[in-house]
Amino acid sequence: MAVTVYIPTPFRRLAGNQTYLTAEGETVGEVLDRLGEAYPALRHMIYNERDEIPGHVNIYVNNQEIHSLQGKETPVKDGDEMAVIPAIAGGGPEPSGRALTPEQVNRYSRHIIMPQVGPAGQRKLMEAKVLIVGAGGLGGPAALYLALAGVGTIGIADFDTVDLSNLQRQVLHQNDDVGRLKTESARDTIHAYNPDVNVVIHNSPLTSDNAMEIIPNYDMVVNGADNFTTRYLVNDACYFAGKTLVDGSILLFDGQATVFVPGTGCYRCLFPAPPPPGMVPNCAEAGVLGALTGVMGSIQAIEVIKQVLGIGDSLVSRLLLFDALSMEFRVVKLRRDPKCPLCGDDATIHGLIDYEGFCGAPFPGHAGGAIDGAGAQPGGGNGS
Amino acid sequence: MAVEVKVTANLQKLLGGQRSVQAEGATVRELLDDIERRHPGFKEMVMSDGQLHRFVNIYLNDEDIRFLGQLDTPLKEGDIISVLPALAGGAQ
Repeated sequence: MAVTVYIPTPFRRLAGNQTYLTAEGETVGEVLDRLGEAYPALRHMIYNERDEIPGHVNIYVNNQEIHSLQGKETPVKDGDEMAVIPAIAGGGPEPSGRALTPEQVNRYSRHIIMPQVGPAGQRKLMEAKVLIVGAGGLGGPAALYLALAGVGTIGIADFDTVDLSNLQRQVLHQNDDVGRLKTESARDTIHAYNPDVNVVIHNSPLTSDNAMEIIPNYDMVVNGADNFTTRYLVNDACYFAGKTLVDGSILLFDGQATVFVPGTGCYRCLFPAPPPPGMVPNCAEAGVLGALTGVMGSIQAIEVIKQVLGIGDSLVSRLLLFDALSMEFRVVKLRRDPKCPLCGDDATIHGLIDYEGFCGAPFPGHAGGAIDGAGAQPGGGNGS
Repeated sequence: MAVEVKVTANLQKLLGGQRSVQAEGATVRELLDDIERRHPGFKEMVMSDGQLHRFVNIYLNDEDIRFLGQLDTPLKEGDIISVLPALAGGAQ
């Protein structure tokens, strides 16, 4: 009775780097025993110290899990195909108790094989809810890499339509998308990469009226806004909602990125007030290197993934500066300002404020008109 | 007291197109005065009425001078000063 056994990527190095093994046996248990004799390291993954198949490993015979058959006593016959699929790391209790499907194990195998991720980490990613503010230069690569990593829910907030001039850098949108809503183009692109992602689209401009209805639904927020008005609004709303904000910004050849966890400092601690309109140009006025948005948006995705997994040292309390011309990365310290009006010791801001008044510029796309001459261009949106 | 001053790309036109210049001063304030002598117009981009703009940060090495001695922060040979305005992020 020769049975073919599929070995998924995480276990493959324990099985002589083979995708399929062949073993003899009358039952599932006998086949697994033969595999264990041939590959002792694999045996340790299939059986626990009590010689039972641990809860985090599922065994399939012809795509049916053996618990629904006769367990290890399930008979097998010549030509049957078995699969050994690790489902839940460590066998410990898991938040939702749902196992990864064989397809998910395969899709995310390059992540799962890393001990810093593992099946448990992959499940955390699949349960994560991340809001992307701006489906543009930064939000695009951030959303794409989060979708590829299997982040379960990705919210996209943008009110704008795709303009031809966006396509120099905005990887969520393609030539045929010009004129479409960015949120809808983004949703279709994300689903083309990974249909399992739940994409939630928010087509209205973020304002003081709706921010606290949207942001609390997410675990964390990626800021890819292209204007100071939205940037201060998102900062304040994340602080009030207790959400981590992964901030990024770009201009010309420069990028900045950091992570704000409420209580450790915020965007107002970094820059207490916005520049007067016109003093610091935006990318439409001054330009931006397209590939730079890929670097900074990817860095934002990395920081989200690290936060979800609880690994590494985040950019909390640090501001990463990237200069694409000199190809230098530098890090400076970012401190919570005890005098910060939002998160300082004697805070004076206790709710969302009038950001148009504070920034001297309206929300782009909001009733009240364009930000200024440049903002009136088609393509002016949340997304940088 | 010669120190290196680095600026972002959107400020380089104020320094004759350079991303990095050498300047002198015992404090940040003196340093900015020295840059202003060589590149008139630079100072008004970063400060007014004797105060730094609230949307511009100056770092001495990796520390924000607001948490040191502000504009009176002393400098020493070999320090690196970075001038960093807030960027809105956006390519519209």
